[in-house]
Amino acid sequence: MALSLDDVRRIAHLARIGIDEAEAQAALAQLNDVFGLIAEMQAVDTGGVEPMSHALDVVQRLREDAVTETDQHALFQSIAPHVENGLYLVPKVIE
Amino acid sequence: MRSEGQIHYPFPITHYREAAMKWETVIGLEVHAQLSTRSKMFSGAATAFGAPPNTQACEVDIALPGVLPVANREAVAKAVRFGLAVGGKINRRSIFARKNYFYPDLPKGYQISQYEMPIVQGGAIGIFVDGREKIIRLTRAHLEEDAGKSLHEGFHDFTGIDLNRAGTPLLEIVSEPEMSGAQEAVAYARALHALVRWIEICDGNMQEGSFRCDANVSVRPAGSDKLGTRCEIKNLNSFRFLERAIEFEARRQIGILEDGGVIEQETRLYDAARDETRSMRTKEDAHDYRYFPDPDLLPLEVSESWIGEIRSNLPELPQARQRRYQDEYGLSGYDAGLLTQSRELSEFYEALVRRLAGFYKLGASWVLNEFMASLNRAGLEIHQAPVSSERLAGLLKLIADNTISGRAAKEVFDAMWNEGMDADSIVEYRGLKQISDSGELERICEEVIAANARQAEDYRSGKEKAFNSLVGQVMKATRGKANPQQVNEILKRKLSG
Repeated sequence: MALSLDDVRRIAHLARIGIDEAEAQAALAQLNDVFGLIAEMQAVDTGGVEPMSHALDVVQRLREDAVTETDQHALFQSIAPHVENGLYLVPKVIE
Repeated sequence: MRSEGQIHYPFPITHYREAAMKWETVIGLEVHAQLSTRSKMFSGAATAFGAPPNTQACEVDIALPGVLPVANREAVAKAVRFGLAVGGKINRRSIFARKNYFYPDLPKGYQISQYEMPIVQGGAIGIFVDGREKIIRLTRAHLEEDAGKSLHEGFHDFTGIDLNRAGTPLLEIVSEPEMSGAQEAVAYARALHALVRWIEICDGNMQEGSFRCDANVSVRPAGSDKLGTRCEIKNLNSFRFLERAIEFEARRQIGILEDGGVIEQETRLYDAARDETRSMRTKEDAHDYRYFPDPDLLPLEVSESWIGEIRSNLPELPQARQRRYQDEYGLSGYDAGLLTQSRELSEFYEALVRRLAGFYKLGASWVLNEFMASLNRAGLEIHQAPVSSERLAGLLKLIADNTISGRAAKEVFDAMWNEGMDADSIVEYRGLKQISDSGELERICEEVIAANARQAEDYRSGKEKAFNSLVGQVMKATRGKANPQQVNEILKRKLSG
């Protein structure tokens, strides 16, 4: 499967990444290389092999339901561009 | 233009009634239930409601680089508990996936959810509408994390972000599109709400957002078996809004179709102030979530023995209890269903009949009638009721052993409710004891017959109506304390003599 330039622009938009024409062209070539590799792997006969959802053949470790984290919002917010009354402020978003 | 405050229907209501006969509304619900855990789905931050902004959001919740999620065992257990309670299939192995979208209250840029392999598949819930039971099948229930909150008011050109809620465990419960009409959808939402509280996996507090509904609404020609194009109405946080939003949306869609238009699949928002739904996301890519398995999380495995342990800890479920009330207590299916609509009500009834050691129907009738009516009138919850199950049992014992008449019992109940005394004391000081001395009753009956000679004569000559008047006179003379059956019997004997 080969991507088109429109696919690249759409993916960039969905990921909110601003790219210009040259970057889109470069990304297209790189992504198509990746898809080429995937195509090679997909050509391998995997009949009878159960699909895995993760590269490691182990299962999720679970933690006990206990509060282990303390309030560090002052520390976290010290690197935030804009904070008020404990809230992170971001440019207005309303749908 | 429409005037302010006036309800605006997109289609004239009189036409709508005719048109509505030709169309059938089909509804499926997606319910987000916050699982009542102490800590978050993938971090050790607290989940308590109402903390100062961002004081319960740790590195994982605010998505600092390099952090890794670790799943909460209790959240998984609660999801399994739900799956067992609805008779669904518990997937021994399920997969966490990333649902990608951009919004400032979702700092990672994706929500951890489950997509292809949810923890629960299938299952069903019974609902009651107009006294009939209907089974609504569930598609699935999957684990995911909640987003933070965006505060749009009060900041000039800015939105305030509180990430305390980010990462709170959610169970998203998806029904099949099997509800026809708002009434059924509300009945289903209520049944589900009662169930998650019954099995104690969610506190059900809708005001705090612990239980939120999205409704998928479509219409189709009556009798058709093909689904129409659906619209999703987001964030309905009360049963009333759920009902009104569906009613509005069905009308809107029927209006469009009657005018020869086409329904566009979209996400809509219900505006309670205007009582209407309006388009929220029109961008075609809003739903392109690019799900893929989360490489940070390994497959979730639930062992048979763990499932067995969770199963053995389940309380008696509403459906089983309903059957028991019918089979063992002899209640009607309808009454048994009503009594098991909420765990609190059912526990109240259980405590009552335990004290009565029987009299199941009498107990059911009083709980469902006088008790519930008084509760609704006062706008109280069961645990706030001024009449305890113990006190109500005290009253019903007096009815059961004929100490007081049914009519006097209602008076005693009201007095118990308003004055907070027990039944025995009220009966005593109001002198409501039924006259059990048949000699005294015989004497009163004779006096009434003597004083109402004409009615007595009328009755003897075949006018049945006259008899009721005589009974009334006796009841009046005894201030309602006579046993009506006994009065009937004595009067008939004396009149025929």
